[in-house]
Amino acid sequence: MSAVGISAGATETAEIFVVPDLTAKRSWRSVKSAIMTSLMIASVIAVAVPLVAVIWAVFARGLQAVVHGFPAFFVDEIPVIARRPGPGMGPAIVGTLLATGAATLIAVPLGVAGAVYLHEYGVKNRFSRLVRFMANVMTGVPSIVMGLFIYVTWTLRFGYSAFGGALALACLMLPVVIGATEQMLKLVPNHLREASYAVGTSKSRTIMSVVLPAALPGIVSGSLLAVARAAGETAPLLFATGAATEYNLNPFVEANTALSLQIFGNATSSFVAAQDRAWGAALTLVLLTFLITLVARFVTARFARRR
Amino acid sequence: MNEPEIDLRGASDYKDRAFAKMTAGAAGVVLLILGLIAMTITRRSLPVFHEMGLGFFTTKRWSPPDSLFGALPFVWGTVFTAAIALLIAVPISLGVALFMTQVAPPRLGKPLVYLIDLLAGVPSVVFGLWGVLVLSQHFDLGRSFLTAGIILAIMIIPIITSLSREVIDTTPPGDKEGALAMGTTRWEMITETVLPHSAGGLVGAVMLGLGRAMGETIAAALVIGSALGQMTVRPLAPGNSMPAVIANEWGEAQDLHKSALIALAVTLFAMTILVNLIATGIVQRSMKRGQGT
Repeated sequence: MSAVGISAGATETAEIFVVPDLTAKRSWRSVKSAIMTSLMIASVIAVAVPLVAVIWAVFARGLQAVVHGFPAFFVDEIPVIARRPGPGMGPAIVGTLLATGAATLIAVPLGVAGAVYLHEYGVKNRFSRLVRFMANVMTGVPSIVMGLFIYVTWTLRFGYSAFGGALALACLMLPVVIGATEQMLKLVPNHLREASYAVGTSKSRTIMSVVLPAALPGIVSGSLLAVARAAGETAPLLFATGAATEYNLNPFVEANTALSLQIFGNATSSFVAAQDRAWGAALTLVLLTFLITLVARFVTARFARRR
Repeated sequence: MNEPEIDLRGASDYKDRAFAKMTAGAAGVVLLILGLIAMTITRRSLPVFHEMGLGFFTTKRWSPPDSLFGALPFVWGTVFTAAIALLIAVPISLGVALFMTQVAPPRLGKPLVYLIDLLAGVPSVVFGLWGVLVLSQHFDLGRSFLTAGIILAIMIIPIITSLSREVIDTTPPGDKEGALAMGTTRWEMITETVLPHSAGGLVGAVMLGLGRAMGETIAAALVIGSALGQMTVRPLAPGNSMPAVIANEWGEAQDLHKSALIALAVTLFAMTILVNLIATGIVQRSMKRGQGT
């Protein structure tokens, strides 16, 4: 009724016929919009289903293996004979922690220093633009290429070790740490720097005692996310870490192992016992990475509240 | 009065310069590593190119005992599985990104971000394990190009989704409100304002996903089936891809065989670098444009 009232302002007779036409068209258009909206909802479900399925499988089958031999699963050495049932992923847990820890010690200081240059010194010069671009490209280098690179340059000379794997992981982490740190440095307000200069502090001192502390929580959480990703990597370790079934606490000599390597090795085994250990290792690895991610979230949340 | 001032500046200037040099050196490590990767692995791949010449890229047969190394089927497998993965992942990622930005109320948006982050946080080898022991056995898929494509799709959905979301978020609200004020439906508003505005960035996001899919090793190595010399378009056939071959054959490889596997890595490196260069360029340009307007 109101539609007629509106059109009455223009030419009377012609407009009255347009009105039902318009509603008809509109309903098809809104149906189309509703269809597209439900397709969007369907794609959300399509993402959720495999995620739930994977996590369900890891927990259901992993818990069996872990609980069955608790706490031996986390402590015992890995059975040399694959078909023998029973626990043992201790050396793999230690290997993962060693390789990831060493990689963090290499990549985080380097990455933070690099980001400091990009943001505090070379903001727009050619060198820093090139580095920024190349760091972006480097995040896309396949992890297996990093592994082979370390094999060629390190492992051929010094043999298998957890440290070789750590070098490969550090190569993967470096561009991520640089990117995350630079984003955080951007958030540090300029008046902090100016206040520091105003009392006569040098630039390097300003960066070390004003800028970096202000950005610290963000840098920590960004680095932790990189650590979580590195802990789950397999391909870089494949060529540099070797294979071991016993504890090796020295990261610099002798082959080592890792949770991801054990999952990869046991996944295609035809022995159920080996598959069980793979699921148990998967559960351990998933819990480890989620724990690191949670800590990162916690740090970010505290940071956000303080700001 | 002036002298202490000059002194002070001199001292800190020296330290400052050392500090600046040190950080510049750290930034340069990125260039050093990329350069070293290209140089060292190319050098190690030379023996196989001496043996095969450019036939390495055109030969269909791969037979280490005969010193015959043709990479063509693996290049095909890499492209084929990545294509399947994109075919599945792109519509789903776009749907999720549009849902998060245009449909969902903020209260629902945040858990969705967590969901995507959670998916990104699952190690690839765990997806591989699930693919080989659950997916390939329960749905009659076997180990095949398709299974690998599905697993790769699950793995690249997070990166495409989160990048798309960022790009879509740069659409000026005024454009969207203007469209809605004209009486468009939500979908028309999306096709008329959001998609044209973010088209460049979305292409970039998809290409970054493509780079990921091509380079992903472990999950593909577990589920692709490791068949030699398959140059088929049948998605259910077992096949192989470059990273999968490297991971699966490395253990028993000797001199020339190793060199051939490293040559595969060089090829993969070149292909992913190319895709990433283009993608990074597109994304950066469209982000800049998004901020400008």
